[in-house]
Amino acid sequence: MMIEHLSPGLILVLGATLVPLLRGHLRSAYMLALPLLCGWQMLSLAPGEYGQFALFDYTLTMLRVDKLSLIFGYIFTIASFLSVIYALHMKDIVQQVAGLAYAGAAICAAFAGDLISLFVFWELTAITSVFLIWASRSERAFRTGMRYLVIQVGSGVLLLTGAILIIGETGSITFGHIGIDSLGGKLILISFGIKAAFPLLHNWLQDAYPEATVTGTVFLSAFTTKLAIYALARGFPGTELLIWIGATMTAFPIFFAVIENNLRRVLAYSLNNQLGFMVVGIGIGTELALNGAASHAFAHILYKALLFMSVGAVLFRTGTANGSDLGGLYKTMPWSTTFCIIGGASISGFPLFSGFVTKSMILTAAADEGHWITWAILLFASAGVFHHSGIKIPFFAFFAHDSGKRPKEAPLNMLIAMGLTAFLCIFIGVYPAPLYAILPYPVDYVPYTTAHVITMLQLLAFAALAFAFLNRYGFYPPELRSTNLDTDWIYRHLIPRTVARFLGSLVEARNELRRWRAAAAVYLLDRLFHYHGPRGILARTWAISGAALWVMVLLGGYLLVYYL
Amino acid sequence: MADRKDDGKTYWLDKTGSVDKVWWALLIVCFLLTAADLIYEKHPHYEIEKWFGFYSAFGFVFSVGLVLVAKELRRLLMRKEDYYDDD
Repeated sequence: MMIEHLSPGLILVLGATLVPLLRGHLRSAYMLALPLLCGWQMLSLAPGEYGQFALFDYTLTMLRVDKLSLIFGYIFTIASFLSVIYALHMKDIVQQVAGLAYAGAAICAAFAGDLISLFVFWELTAITSVFLIWASRSERAFRTGMRYLVIQVGSGVLLLTGAILIIGETGSITFGHIGIDSLGGKLILISFGIKAAFPLLHNWLQDAYPEATVTGTVFLSAFTTKLAIYALARGFPGTELLIWIGATMTAFPIFFAVIENNLRRVLAYSLNNQLGFMVVGIGIGTELALNGAASHAFAHILYKALLFMSVGAVLFRTGTANGSDLGGLYKTMPWSTTFCIIGGASISGFPLFSGFVTKSMILTAAADEGHWITWAILLFASAGVFHHSGIKIPFFAFFAHDSGKRPKEAPLNMLIAMGLTAFLCIFIGVYPAPLYAILPYPVDYVPYTTAHVITMLQLLAFAALAFAFLNRYGFYPPELRSTNLDTDWIYRHLIPRTVARFLGSLVEARNELRRWRAAAAVYLLDRLFHYHGPRGILARTWAISGAALWVMVLLGGYLLVYYL
Repeated sequence: MADRKDDGKTYWLDKTGSVDKVWWALLIVCFLLTAADLIYEKHPHYEIEKWFGFYSAFGFVFSVGLVLVAKELRRLLMRKEDYYDDD
């Protein structure tokens, strides 16, 4: 096996282990060089399968290069580079190592050609990423990280179980089309579904991402969920169930996003909503739809990172990401404001921004295939995502009422990272041809038609009008310091409470038993006292005559027995 | 956006009437965009897309609906900030 046939992701995974040996600028330069090296190797890859070696009777394939794995490989590498720039000011070595290894594990997983390798790197992303949450170094972050880890590792266990069933059935460990007909396939779908944040399996995302560090969330937002999207596109394209799951995913998180106060959690809900678009595309499964899903994942990683970066900069400078405590920051953070608006315009799909040229493929594919309900839901979700990500986030962070806060502009490295990301968001929107060229299938789609531009602008302008109208006339729900219940209520409240109640009733039962035991002892003592106590019948002083009488009775009895 | 004066203290958005100007500008943009429906050729997938102002109405109605429904959801879902800290 030749060195160039190793997975490019290993450059990051193994390279990360050397980070602690370096200091200062050298370390920064090294961390920037790793993603570049990884990308350079990736560009040299020709389609095919490499890095194969035998494990027992099976052949593992560490590196499968085709268009689907490459596009995710490219964007993961770009995201890791941008995230490293964004985190350059930070000296926390735990996060530096974990971030790089996490990105590398995700890249390795995207290139894994068999289910066993996929499982290994699937779990490695879980284990490395949790440190980005724990690095907040608070009791709260620790608990959140534990919940996150349990769920992520659980997803891996399901993947392994499903893989073993499938390998037993087919004799092949290749990670190709899986389908949901077999039990193994169903388990793997659930495993992918956990990481892709399917409805009811989603809440780890909104729970964990807002608790990670400022820079950690930027890393987190890029890899785990999009790795799951890649895996779904590989294993379950054209699975109709996914259309419904995806449509649900686009719609329900936006309701939560409207009322959520923590702006990083709002972004986590909108991340969930954007994943829904991709899942719908995979479910439809036509070439246009799968191209849409892959390109939307590419664009999404960039604009979502940009949004998390800008809100992260606010958190970094002010110490809060709560909409209720922010406002008016455009006065001192104009660059962060601009970048945030660019991210918002991209996620909303404004013409000339990246979302416009990618999301529309999925909508068109849905309409082409006659899924009119799905199409209508996606249209609603498009308006909704503009509402909370495009307007609410910039509005409450940077405008709204003046909070009186006058923080400094974000550090230079953050501004550079945001600037590069914003540039890419606009570049893709203005000139989508290079992105279209690396999609899994040939592209026969023209995003810029008069009708598409005007209808999209109408939709967005009127969504903005709705926001302005509700705000102007006092109907808009104010940002309130609060916790909104979601499915994590089940395992953070219901189950602990139920278990506590059950344990409480056990304690109660034990106490009851103790009371009985005490009562029984008292009764026994009482009886003993009754018979043996000073006044008890057995403790009475008997007269000598009485004793003599009893002796006579005994002796008489003895004689009687003797003669019998 | 921020039309910062030299002293960095006065901002265009803070002036009285500025927010009104934004509101009216948005209304004009919305009007023009909807009026544009008359002048271009549509390539709809569905009959309903041919209706005049369909996307405008859809965007407005569903956005208002989204916010009002979400507002009502607060009754069901909202708890105090330290809700989970009590556990």
